[in-house]
Amino acid sequence: MAATKPPVIRISRVTKSYGQGDSAVHALRGPSAPGTGEPLGVSLDIEEGDYVAVMGSSGSGKSTLMNILGCLDVPTSGRYLLDGTDVGHLDEGRLSLVRNRKIGFIFQSFNLVPRTTALAQVELPLAYAGVRAAERRRRALAALELVGLADRAGHKPNELSGGQQQRVAVARALVTAPAMLLADEPTGNLDSRSTAEVLAIIDRLNAAGRTVVVITHEDEVALHAKRVLRLVDGAIVDDVRRAPVDGPPPALAAEVPA
Amino acid sequence: MILWQMIRFAVGGLVANKVRSALTMLGVLIGVASVILLLAVGNGSSEAVKASITSLGTNALTVSSNAGRGSATAAKALTVADAKALATDADATSIKSVAPVVTTTGTALYGNISYQPGSIVGTYPAYFETSNLRIKDGDYFSNDDVLNSRKVAVIGATTAKQLFDTEEPVGKRITIGGTPFTVVGVLTAKGSTGFNDPDDVVIAPLPTVQNAFTGFGSVNQIMVQAASAEATTEAQSDITRILMGTHAITDATKVDFRISSQTSLLTARESTTKTFTVLLGAVAAISLLVGGIGITNIMLVTVTERTREIGIRKALGAPRGVILGQFLTESTLLSVTGAGLGVAAGLIGSHFTIVGIEPVVIPESVLGAFGIAVAIGLFFGSYPASRAASLRPIEALRHE
Repeated sequence: MAATKPPVIRISRVTKSYGQGDSAVHALRGPSAPGTGEPLGVSLDIEEGDYVAVMGSSGSGKSTLMNILGCLDVPTSGRYLLDGTDVGHLDEGRLSLVRNRKIGFIFQSFNLVPRTTALAQVELPLAYAGVRAAERRRRALAALELVGLADRAGHKPNELSGGQQQRVAVARALVTAPAMLLADEPTGNLDSRSTAEVLAIIDRLNAAGRTVVVITHEDEVALHAKRVLRLVDGAIVDDVRRAPVDGPPPALAAEVPA
Repeated sequence: MILWQMIRFAVGGLVANKVRSALTMLGVLIGVASVILLLAVGNGSSEAVKASITSLGTNALTVSSNAGRGSATAAKALTVADAKALATDADATSIKSVAPVVTTTGTALYGNISYQPGSIVGTYPAYFETSNLRIKDGDYFSNDDVLNSRKVAVIGATTAKQLFDTEEPVGKRITIGGTPFTVVGVLTAKGSTGFNDPDDVVIAPLPTVQNAFTGFGSVNQIMVQAASAEATTEAQSDITRILMGTHAITDATKVDFRISSQTSLLTARESTTKTFTVLLGAVAAISLLVGGIGITNIMLVTVTERTREIGIRKALGAPRGVILGQFLTESTLLSVTGAGLGVAAGLIGSHFTIVGIEPVVIPESVLGAFGIAVAIGLFFGSYPASRAASLRPIEALRHE
């Protein structure tokens, strides 16, 4: 595999523990060091254009991993390079910049801002980035177009179906052209038809070169990924590559034979 | 642009909870309106006192004797001769007119109506001008009436109302202490300034009153009118000089009379109303403070309720400052709108007469109350806002 470009994400020996001393819980620990049993931490590289599914049952540490990857939480130890930047020791202000510029979030519960139109939702990250109003509007409309909701731009969350809400969230995540799309159980609250729609949009985004990390416990979702990681008790126990990084995601490849 | 965005978010947040926002604004509104209104009432009452004291005549000086007061046994009483000395002194250019005054009390009878006026005054015609008394019906009595000790009287508006009710008093005869008096004039009402009613008087020529009631001894007071309000100080020293002569006193610290002016009365009254205004202002300021605490309270509720939204915004990369700004803008909008409405309410309210006092708005109080309300919004909003801004995104997102 031609890994000439630096990876989008490089975490090395990252641990995360809650609590102190004996009562400490290691949400992320990685393999134990032989002999001492000390956690060695999780190490992981994700290359640009990859589509990674992180699987695991609840309590396996996948949400903790997602929070760390999303710069919502800081690791207890270890290094995290996002797009070449060491985000491990950034202050809150810089972290918000990183979240704004480099990461697009998609949440299980959509997390749209209440009482706000779809267009304004999608404009929000651009507004925080300081993009001018006209440009913001243009880019937000383009993103809504991409998820097929251009005609719903003026609707508020309570006027949209779950699938539509999640597509607004996808548009909001990709509008800043982030280095990585981070999706936490994106289809967990959706019916099968909406699930298929949202996954298809994510497939297309990945085919267009966007790096995607999906946290899920559904095999159906994992089938769309090029690489599947399995977490158990805060350590990666399985790492399967299902398709090459620079090819199309497997779901699209099946439809259109390369 | 970020600022504009923040204002839009803030307005959206407030509109989302209309009743709550309106009630919070009401707290500030009441605070600001009561500051403006109560200070206006205080100010109005002080203006009213000032006006009525001015109506007593600001260049009037009252000379009264220390005789009969405590240890001053050696003090000589004031006499008509003293008044004449004051009136005729060639050097005292600051003295315009002099009126010796005797006061007594008695019951006045008209037909079968009996009434006791507040005071019966015997004096010279100069008294009317000095005391700023104006005739409404009839006329003043004249110097001729004084010289001839005529039994004529000018009565105050209250006395006229009590004795004659709707009848025309001029020309009627009333009997006071067995002496019949012809009413020649009725004074224009001045209005009460507090404890005593200046309209409840009967004023008659000095010798007539002395003859009928007090005897030809001393007088109670000598009213002196200074040439102008500015000349009152000079007039005081002239009076002191002349009376020290007539009373044969050489030591200025041992004078047996007192000179008081309306100015001293004015100062005393002003300090009273100032205290009154300060008290009213303090009460109003407390209600403004309560309004401010209302803002804190409601903003804390808002922040708690919108924790998840704050988390989403943070995940989307909202910097701390923007979140802080959004909630500060919300609380400031609450206070600015509330204060604006409060100013309007205060100004409208000040057009009405409140407990007999015509409120006079102090312009500084409007600006001050508005400014303080806005500052309170910022100050009391800053705690909830900083709590919102320092929420950790991951915890805020987990919040249900």
